[in-house]
Amino acid sequence: MLYSPPPMHIPDGFLSVLVSLILWAISIGAIGYALRRVGKDLGERQVPLMGVLAAAIFAGQMLNFSVAGGTSGHLLGATLATILLGPWAAIIIMTTVVGIQALIFQDGGLLALGANIFNMAVVGVSVSYFAYTSIKKIIGEQKWGLLVNGFISAWLSILIASLAAALELAASGTSPANIAVPAMGGIHALIGIGEGLITVGALAFIYAARRDILQIGSTAQTGGAAIWMTGLGIALLLTIFSPLASAHPDGLEWVAEQKGFLDAAQAPLFEVIPDYVFPGVSNESLATILAGMVGALIVFGMAFGTAYARRSQKAS
Amino acid sequence: MHVHFLDPYRHSHSPIHQLDGRVKFVLAVAFILTCSLTPIAAWAVYILLFALILSVEILSTLGVGYVLKRASLALPFVLAALPVIFTTDGAALFTLPLGNWTLTASATGLEHFISIALKSWLSVQAAIVLAAATPFPELLQAMRSVKIPRLLVAMFGLTWRYLFVLVDEALRLIRARAARSGVSASNQKVKEGGGIIWRAHVAGGMAGNLFLRGFERSDRIYTAMLSRGYDGEVRLMPTHALNNGNKFILMTGIALLGTLLLFGILFWG
Repeated sequence: MLYSPPPMHIPDGFLSVLVSLILWAISIGAIGYALRRVGKDLGERQVPLMGVLAAAIFAGQMLNFSVAGGTSGHLLGATLATILLGPWAAIIIMTTVVGIQALIFQDGGLLALGANIFNMAVVGVSVSYFAYTSIKKIIGEQKWGLLVNGFISAWLSILIASLAAALELAASGTSPANIAVPAMGGIHALIGIGEGLITVGALAFIYAARRDILQIGSTAQTGGAAIWMTGLGIALLLTIFSPLASAHPDGLEWVAEQKGFLDAAQAPLFEVIPDYVFPGVSNESLATILAGMVGALIVFGMAFGTAYARRSQKAS
Repeated sequence: MHVHFLDPYRHSHSPIHQLDGRVKFVLAVAFILTCSLTPIAAWAVYILLFALILSVEILSTLGVGYVLKRASLALPFVLAALPVIFTTDGAALFTLPLGNWTLTASATGLEHFISIALKSWLSVQAAIVLAAATPFPELLQAMRSVKIPRLLVAMFGLTWRYLFVLVDEALRLIRARAARSGVSASNQKVKEGGGIIWRAHVAGGMAGNLFLRGFERSDRIYTAMLSRGYDGEVRLMPTHALNNGNKFILMTGIALLGTLLLFGILFWG
């Protein structure tokens, strides 16, 4: 039984550097704020509590159930963490989980980690919190209300987070919006059902065994209006913007073109060697191929040289 | 504790293992950044980067096969980039009739796709070498040296420490479920018991159970920490300065990656 990566983590190489850096900046801001809030609300218990629960979420992702045809559903945990511990602690917990997955298990890239933290911790948690608190106001806190609420919140958070990932890929020019959005959204609408069902199972168990944990004010801190608004904003923005982007992929191309201003800014750099041609070779593509081949030879030589030096060192 | 398979660290005395964790961390991130910034279709630069990471893999004595096998695990995500072959404008390569649609693959689209796949493949190799050749405490130290908040670093450390305990708990839960479930003696595939909702409910109950065990364990850990003088302040071991050899390798590595990047941007940008 090996650790199987959930499909939502974006590896390195799929996001443009600009998109990666913007999402890193947003994530760092959110984490910094969450750290301050958690310190105030949970006090000195915070480190053991959040650390162990992050490990529990990690381990909980191994618990799967078979769906059909060899596929299986399993937990991602953002909603469960939000319901049990409140949004700020959940952001830190999900950041830790996603961070360890990237750093240790190469599940999701390091440069793309900012984007993955944004999707799982910021979007996942704030949408969960917004959905959970709003629905709770409407249908109350009795058992069936809690379970229905848990299902909808979990499903919605997965779906919205996947839309965020699809738009990030589209904005990076990796995957066109009119394909990425319906594909990612469609797959995750199904994955979200699995997440919803397993969240309901977990809530039902905790409701039976330790009802006191589920009462707001016990461990879970309330997030206040700020994170509720963030969740609402993200959910609205992405549900409205995704179909728009997918119907008019030109819109995103426009963004990509605006992005081109960075390339334009780099233009003077090219002027250093105007109309560069490889010495003695006038055909441009031939020059490119030659340069590539020379480079390849040099560095494969380097690699074999290292291997050889290593071997002779061992032998002596 | 039974779950050693989780820890990707492979012990060895190779030069890469002996390198300071902070140097490896920064160079791995710099390598990934270089891969991401390298322009599309700068094949020569990709080959140079590959040769570079290949040399590191050989030096690390991890086994090139081991790294490449692990690197292939990240490849399924390439599917997400597949449509780019057909949606990018450029010289038509081939057409693919698909029901009412005709998909036209373009040469630029193909270049795009292969570039993305290569970048991702190269990046993940750097991350694998980093994780396999650096003990986790050194990674934590590296995180601190790049100014990640102390509280977050402490969280990473604690999560890592208890990960194995809780994965053991999860494995016990899974074993208990397997012990209570029927399996066909012949290797035939039998229909799973119960409905999907029932099975999900069982798995959910296990997750809830795991959470409660985590909750209760964190209480015990907290009292244990208190009894050892914990006062809410996170204290970590002081870090020592980099020695000259490590500094030299750090500078050389960054200079090399910078040169490769410049090379790529000048010729293919």
